[in-house]
Amino acid sequence: MTNMNMIQSLNSALDIMLDRDPDVIIFGEDVGYFGGVFRTTDGLQEKHGDHRVFDTPLSEGGIAATAFGMGLNGLRPIVEIQFADYIFPAYDQIVNEMAKIRHRSGGEFWSPVTLRTPAGGGIRGGHHHSQSPESQFTHTPGLKVVYCSTPYNAKGLLISSVESNDPVIFFEPKRCYRGPFYGDPHKVPTYRIPLGQARMALEGSECTVISWGAMVHVCEQAIKDSGFSCDLIDLQTLVPWDKETVVGSIEKTGRCVIVHEAPKTSGFGAEMSASIQERCFYHLESPIVRVTGWDTPFPHTTEWDYMPGPTRIAAAIAQTQED
Amino acid sequence: MMSSDDSKGSIRVPDAPFRPGEEASFDSWPWKPGDFAMPDPKTCEFKDTTELANGLVRVLDDDGVASGEWDPGLSAEELQNGLEHMVRLRIFDDRMMKMQRTGLLSFYMRSLGEEAVAIAQTMALQEQDWIFPTYRQPGAQFVRGRDMVSMICHCIGNEEDNIKGRQMPVHYSYREGRFISVSSPVGTQFSQAVGVALASSYKGLDEVTITWIGDGASAEGDYHYALNFASVFNAPVILNVVNNQWAISTHANFATGIGDFASRGLPYGLPSIRVDGNDFLALYSVTKWARERAASGAGATHIEVLTYRTGAHSSSDDPSRYRPGDEHTKWPGGDPVVRLKEHLINIGEWSEESHTELEEKIDSEVVEAYKEAVKFGDLANGPYPSADTIFTEVYEEVPWHLQEQHDEMMGG
Repeated sequence: MTNMNMIQSLNSALDIMLDRDPDVIIFGEDVGYFGGVFRTTDGLQEKHGDHRVFDTPLSEGGIAATAFGMGLNGLRPIVEIQFADYIFPAYDQIVNEMAKIRHRSGGEFWSPVTLRTPAGGGIRGGHHHSQSPESQFTHTPGLKVVYCSTPYNAKGLLISSVESNDPVIFFEPKRCYRGPFYGDPHKVPTYRIPLGQARMALEGSECTVISWGAMVHVCEQAIKDSGFSCDLIDLQTLVPWDKETVVGSIEKTGRCVIVHEAPKTSGFGAEMSASIQERCFYHLESPIVRVTGWDTPFPHTTEWDYMPGPTRIAAAIAQTQED
Repeated sequence: MMSSDDSKGSIRVPDAPFRPGEEASFDSWPWKPGDFAMPDPKTCEFKDTTELANGLVRVLDDDGVASGEWDPGLSAEELQNGLEHMVRLRIFDDRMMKMQRTGLLSFYMRSLGEEAVAIAQTMALQEQDWIFPTYRQPGAQFVRGRDMVSMICHCIGNEEDNIKGRQMPVHYSYREGRFISVSSPVGTQFSQAVGVALASSYKGLDEVTITWIGDGASAEGDYHYALNFASVFNAPVILNVVNNQWAISTHANFATGIGDFASRGLPYGLPSIRVDGNDFLALYSVTKWARERAASGAGATHIEVLTYRTGAHSSSDDPSRYRPGDEHTKWPGGDPVVRLKEHLINIGEWSEESHTELEEKIDSEVVEAYKEAVKFGDLANGPYPSADTIFTEVYEEVPWHLQEQHDEMMGG
């Protein structure tokens, strides 16, 4: 039996939740009969029936609104927005409705929707199949924001997201869908990774590298290339992020590089950088460095020049070591 | 050769039929009430409702006489109950508006002229049905038995406000009555209601969802998402467009290029009906028909509720700036309270005296409720919900970063 890739582990998580909870229902564009353009829902309609796993009109706003309403009336919908770039017709429903309902109704109503969406570059997708809009959701109170990076954490985080009674925006790095392979979800049928808990992907002493999504793997290569001993923190959940792990690591290393592929200005790296200097200023030995996508639309043919690569990240790690 | 003037293009911008200083007249009103046959709600297809979508279902004529197949045949007691709720809403609104003017609440929105809409329609439903309102359907709560004191406490944002001072007045939430929290972004509830209804389908329950949207908000994408999803997935939902002519200062002419809302449901495959929104009996009957249809599994109904927003959009609005001040007096639909009252008098079940008695009874009911509510505070004087409620129910549990901010605010 080979390891599962991320598509298979996400599929397994969905299958488990459909089995376990009759209130779980899955819908979105192409997710039903066909099993999703990335195959994430492959076989689920056949196994669980088309009343539980079904296709919808091409209408992200309608998908989000319908899911929200179902959640109000006792269901636990998992919906797919086919690409994160296409989430914006649903933005009002997510930001003003899903995120606010529990608070605005004094706790009388809530809607536990999990909204899965493939995000990020590296598949030659151009600017409308490559964006990573996590910071457009981390700025909204009431949402939890999750970004998986490996087959192993994809499964455990998705199960926790579906079980959460808060709405969760679940980003999947499509570049990692079919590799690399970490962990072995296949041998562990069901497990949870709690939301709000980071993963220490590498342990070291000279620098803390913080990242999420596909960039975690690029950081790993960059750390090897740099020759420095680094903690590599895979944040996994951006809201709420894991304060203990981050602060503990910075207090140990005194140096920090933050890496994400979304644009720099107002990216979630800015939030991390500000929070770290507020909490760890007297432990910092050098300025925090951000390595991010440029503040431009995401390019097509030149995407490798756009996204942080091992060379830029390794240089940033080296920069933190200068006195 | 064209001169520079000739080469200028132009955009055809609609206008309201009448502006301040002009004589309003609805003589050319295209909606002629007819004696329409009632199709079988369980088998009716959208094509069978073309006449209903192009016409106007009306039961009460100008003399308060009920007739036709759509007469729901309500008992005198049911009619009196409906009248009482409408009078209650109107007097309640007046009291709240006075409180707003004296600074005891920040903002208010009356249902004036539209009292029949939520009240008749909610009375036509079953108690297990879900209500997904806008800010212009608070009357549904009276039908569902909400305590008036609790409603006032919400409006004045005091420490007994069940939503803890988190939303503006009139943004009620009343779970016990299956009345879902009102949201300010107009239209969002319309598509959400389809989701609520589909959850009922999924669970196999005899539940129908009713929702409303304004003529103005029907230009939002959510309106179209709702009609399409309701049609594609055969949702047990009642989709009402309350065409009250005005979206703040924007006339309904700007919401649709065809001067018509009801028939917009037909190309989505939804049976569509225009109903006189000031006719309690017609509203009740059309809603009951749609409920029966939805509950039978036949799907959604799209209804244009034709009415007139007699009052201002809100306490922050001054309609004299954009429409004739007496336009509402010309409205062919008249006043919904007066029409039901006259009908009851016609059938010998009501009198001017009993109406005056009712108004006096409700007036003291509202005054008593008001006195009770302000004991818990008001917006001008407090006490308010405790400040730490800012941080609760943002999530199911308070996460660490909100706890930190809470402690910072509390000086901890």
